[in-house]
Amino acid sequence: MTAATARPRAEAVSSHRELLAKRARQTRGRRRVVNYVMVSASYLSAAVVALPLILILVYLIKQGASSVGWSFFTQPPVPAGEPGGGMANAMVGTLILVAIASLVGLPIGIGAGLFLAEQRGTRTANAVRFLSDVLNGLPSIVIGIFAWQVLVRPLHHYSALAGGLALGAMMIPLVTRATEEMTRVVPTSLREAALALGYTKWRTSLSVVLRTALPGIVTGALVAVARVAGETAPLIFTAFGNQFWSFSPFKPIAALPMSIYSYAISPYDDWHRQAWAGALVLLALVFIISLAARFATRARYGLGGD
Amino acid sequence: MDSTPVGDRLYQGVTTAFALIIPALLLFIAWEVLRGAWPALRHFGFSFYATSEWDDVNGRFGAAPAVFGTVVSSILALIIATPLAVGVAIFLSEFAPRWLRQPIAFLVDLLAAIPSVVYGLWGIIVLVPFLRESVMSFIRDTLHLGGLPLFSGPAYGPSMLAAGCILAIMILPYISAVTREVLMAVPRSQREAALALGATRWEMIWDAVLPYARSGIIGGVILGLGRALGETMAVTMVIGNRHEISASLFAPGYTMASVIANEFSEATNEIHVSALMAVGFGLLVVTIIVNAIARWLVWRTARGPAGAP
Repeated sequence: MTAATARPRAEAVSSHRELLAKRARQTRGRRRVVNYVMVSASYLSAAVVALPLILILVYLIKQGASSVGWSFFTQPPVPAGEPGGGMANAMVGTLILVAIASLVGLPIGIGAGLFLAEQRGTRTANAVRFLSDVLNGLPSIVIGIFAWQVLVRPLHHYSALAGGLALGAMMIPLVTRATEEMTRVVPTSLREAALALGYTKWRTSLSVVLRTALPGIVTGALVAVARVAGETAPLIFTAFGNQFWSFSPFKPIAALPMSIYSYAISPYDDWHRQAWAGALVLLALVFIISLAARFATRARYGLGGD
Repeated sequence: MDSTPVGDRLYQGVTTAFALIIPALLLFIAWEVLRGAWPALRHFGFSFYATSEWDDVNGRFGAAPAVFGTVVSSILALIIATPLAVGVAIFLSEFAPRWLRQPIAFLVDLLAAIPSVVYGLWGIIVLVPFLRESVMSFIRDTLHLGGLPLFSGPAYGPSMLAAGCILAIMILPYISAVTREVLMAVPRSQREAALALGATRWEMIWDAVLPYARSGIIGGVILGLGRALGETMAVTMVIGNRHEISASLFAPGYTMASVIANEFSEATNEIHVSALMAVGFGLLVVTIIVNAIARWLVWRTARGPAGAP
């Protein structure tokens, strides 16, 4: 090879190298830009999601706080156009409905959850777990027409009992799964220690497993209560609502979410204000219960000391 | 078996009984709703879900507009919510500094804890006027898209668009919670391998993390779909409640859940009640199927890698 032919070849090679390097730089640049854009998009979506929550809370507090007064907590509603009035009867109604729901939902849910914990891995347990998820996914309005068909239609009148039982049916799968999750974290060694000390299985399950998991189960129960306390759809044709005080389980009863609904769809500004006030109280109730649930969980971790 | 103490057998019997209440209740619900729906289903046949006449005076009912509205509003909600929810989940599992993780996750959980009726109230008083005055006029006058069938017709405010938006806000926390869970379940080695090959962080997520978590994320989205299909109060309050099938997102409509909520207590005759029950039965069947698929997908991912990614 002569120098004359070698030189252009070397030039060609180096220019080819340059081209490759240039392409690599371009690709790297593009990759960097794509990376930058997508990572920012992820940050942005977090901000966008936080936005509606903040908007709702700000509106709620601004509109609700001006309408929440002493009479709101002590008076039943007054007819449209008259000043004053409150939602006291609806708050009591919600408490009664939730109490009925808990009477049904908690024992069944905890019992079924203990069953799932004891029989873990068996066919029946898997089927029950799956069906409890299916039940949890049923629209609340379907539970509502079911309760109407079973408890209102044959008896020919709306009642707090029908509403409470509809809410109870919604609580069962929530409490079941919470109980199972919480008993799952109880160490096997604890269970084995109890059995080795001669405890029977049922004593082990109740005094060791259930007791250790109790704070967690309380959390799950509170979350379930918070969830059903805000439900409207299962109540509109079971508990129906009531303008007046009622404490009887066999009569129609008011509930906070239902009052908010009927006030919100009314054309009166005054009632809209009442609806905001009701929504603020309902949301405060739900948040307080959720926060209490968080503290119950924290207490568990504090005591666990593992 | 014989040596099992009485207490144990009793305990097992009682917990088993409680557990069996769940399948029994589910069957009971399905049976009773079907029983209530039977007169309408027998009278109209399965074309009940495909015809669109809704005349409670003459007793002729067809649920097609409600079925259409349920499908359209839910799909609209998924289109809006899925990218945002996945984005938040990625942010929380990959990018967020430790101190920010808890508060943002808590905020997203709070979003799920807000009762439906509160969303509805906010929808009526804030979202609907905002859509009418800003978004709809922007699409019409600034983008000049009023000619498209999707954006045609008068813009009152209560509309399919409003329902889709409110549903998107409501299902977002569900999708994002499930997605975050499956992203957390992706092994570290998967990420480290991608980074070691020189991937940028986004390439790591796109090529190594998301394929691994794919079927779990799809499961989360379908779970959100299940919620959207059955969501009642907020939708009833903003969708406009009209038995019409319209191509326009600005037009009012109905969903299966909202037609029940709105008309059930005012239903006067037997066949009207039964028709509403039949709508409820359709909703029940669809949500059971959708939820079963979602649970299966999430369960499959949680167990390990889903086939070849």
